[in-house]
Amino acid sequence: MRTTEILVIGGGPAGLSAAIEAATLGAQVTVVDSDLKLGGQLIKQTHKFFGSKDEYAGTRGYKIADILFEDLRKNADRIEILSDCTATGYYPEDGIVTCMIGEEKYFRMRPKKIVVATGAQERLIPFPGNDLPGVYGAGAVQTLMNVYGVTPGDRVLMVGAGNIGLIVSYQLLQAGVQVCGVVEFMPKVGGYWVHAAKIRRLGVPIYLQHTIVEALGERTVTGAIIENLAPDCTPGGKRTTIDCDIICMAVGLAPTCELLWQAGCAMKFIPQLCGHVALRDPFMRTSHPDIWIAGDAAGIEEASSAMVEGRIAGLGAAGACGYGTPEERKERFAHYSERLADLRAGEVGEKIRIGVSAASVQKWEE
Amino acid sequence: MTDNEKTFNSGILTGERPGAVLPPKELWESKKNGLVLIECPQRIPCNPCATSCPTGAVIPFEDINDTPRIDYSKCTGCALCVAKCPGLACFVADLTWGEKEALLKLPYEMLPLPAKGQTVACLNRCGEEVHRTQIVNVTQPWKDSTYVVSVAVPKELVSEVRAVKVV
Repeated sequence: MRTTEILVIGGGPAGLSAAIEAATLGAQVTVVDSDLKLGGQLIKQTHKFFGSKDEYAGTRGYKIADILFEDLRKNADRIEILSDCTATGYYPEDGIVTCMIGEEKYFRMRPKKIVVATGAQERLIPFPGNDLPGVYGAGAVQTLMNVYGVTPGDRVLMVGAGNIGLIVSYQLLQAGVQVCGVVEFMPKVGGYWVHAAKIRRLGVPIYLQHTIVEALGERTVTGAIIENLAPDCTPGGKRTTIDCDIICMAVGLAPTCELLWQAGCAMKFIPQLCGHVALRDPFMRTSHPDIWIAGDAAGIEEASSAMVEGRIAGLGAAGACGYGTPEERKERFAHYSERLADLRAGEVGEKIRIGVSAASVQKWEE
Repeated sequence: MTDNEKTFNSGILTGERPGAVLPPKELWESKKNGLVLIECPQRIPCNPCATSCPTGAVIPFEDINDTPRIDYSKCTGCALCVAKCPGLACFVADLTWGEKEALLKLPYEMLPLPAKGQTVACLNRCGEEVHRTQIVNVTQPWKDSTYVVSVAVPKELVSEVRAVKVV
């Protein structure tokens, strides 16, 4: 049986920020991450981030991961890292987390406090042929290209014009892959307009009010049929065949929250946060007194806010272990809360503000 | 939804809008080294164009969601914003460069990287080739893999050409 003070599940921007925050206050932290390399989605983000200077605007995502790795190194004596390690279950009766390194080494861990920063899962949409080799999630395409340096194919049809669909289309172009088009259900792109303009000027068509209806091919993808939708989204419009060997799905994410269900955390379906999420207090503590949440696992948002949420959750968990003075914790909390509010201000943050407000409780009964 | 609106909604600029306006004609025609053209017509939380501008020509934002506004009298055409903008939405056009040709400074993040003197295709906002020309200069102002390529284009294409492709 391993023990640790704070177990952080997930080594992406939220989990690493939580670990760094808790360690700087003096806590002993263990981070488990199911990937071979830490950093979550950041290590695949070759584009420059938006936002303000405080949130590393204009810096490429993988460079932001490097900044977090440097902070980890500075606290190396208090942070243990287990990569290729999946937290497979939580047992509420004795508070034990089961973990598996690779596919063989199984162990149990008894942490005092847990930060769940498990990120998100990609959604798929159903259509005939969506199980053919050649139908990928956008995350897989990014992993292949930007982690392993492998292009997924020669001609890609992208499904979804949110920021992920637009950015991954741009990355595919950078890798020399032809992007045959981007299909978008809505009458306008969901991602930032400037991201759409970037790929448009390189000749990529964006098919608004279109959906994919079929993937063509016997053994692998050889094409796709897309269909124009009426403004009320009824099907039956004009169909077009696209010649492609890859179909890349970027149709949304859902929070990864199985461990939170197992732990019996109070959960709620919140559409603005893209699925079921745990209710949380201002310190990101769930209804389970030993479990905190951060990042996409707490609701789909983006990396900048995930990092700040991670800071808050790490601060909360370390505080509950008795680290830091009340004044110090209060000061740090005020600073992070303000940054989070700034990131969520304005029109594009409205949906998140509604979702977060619906998921928030002011204080748990002790 | 009009066709114009639909075109805009898919990422192609159609006419002037807040965040995407042209410089005053007279100043533009006389300003050596050019003036910035920003095409950022959506309110999003992003401000590196303003924070990277060394002269304050991109007017500092009150709200990070503001669309960029420009004080053209302060713009030196330095192209630092061209290389900084995460949306690749800043361009510089120098109308004083030649008699019939203007110099366009465009952001570039593709491979292969063109070299000075190399012939490239000039693409419009929907990726159609509208001209061929030579690369005048290639710089990397922030040493961060976003390059600024300068190309000479006929003056009437200044509001059309937005990318180059190595041919």
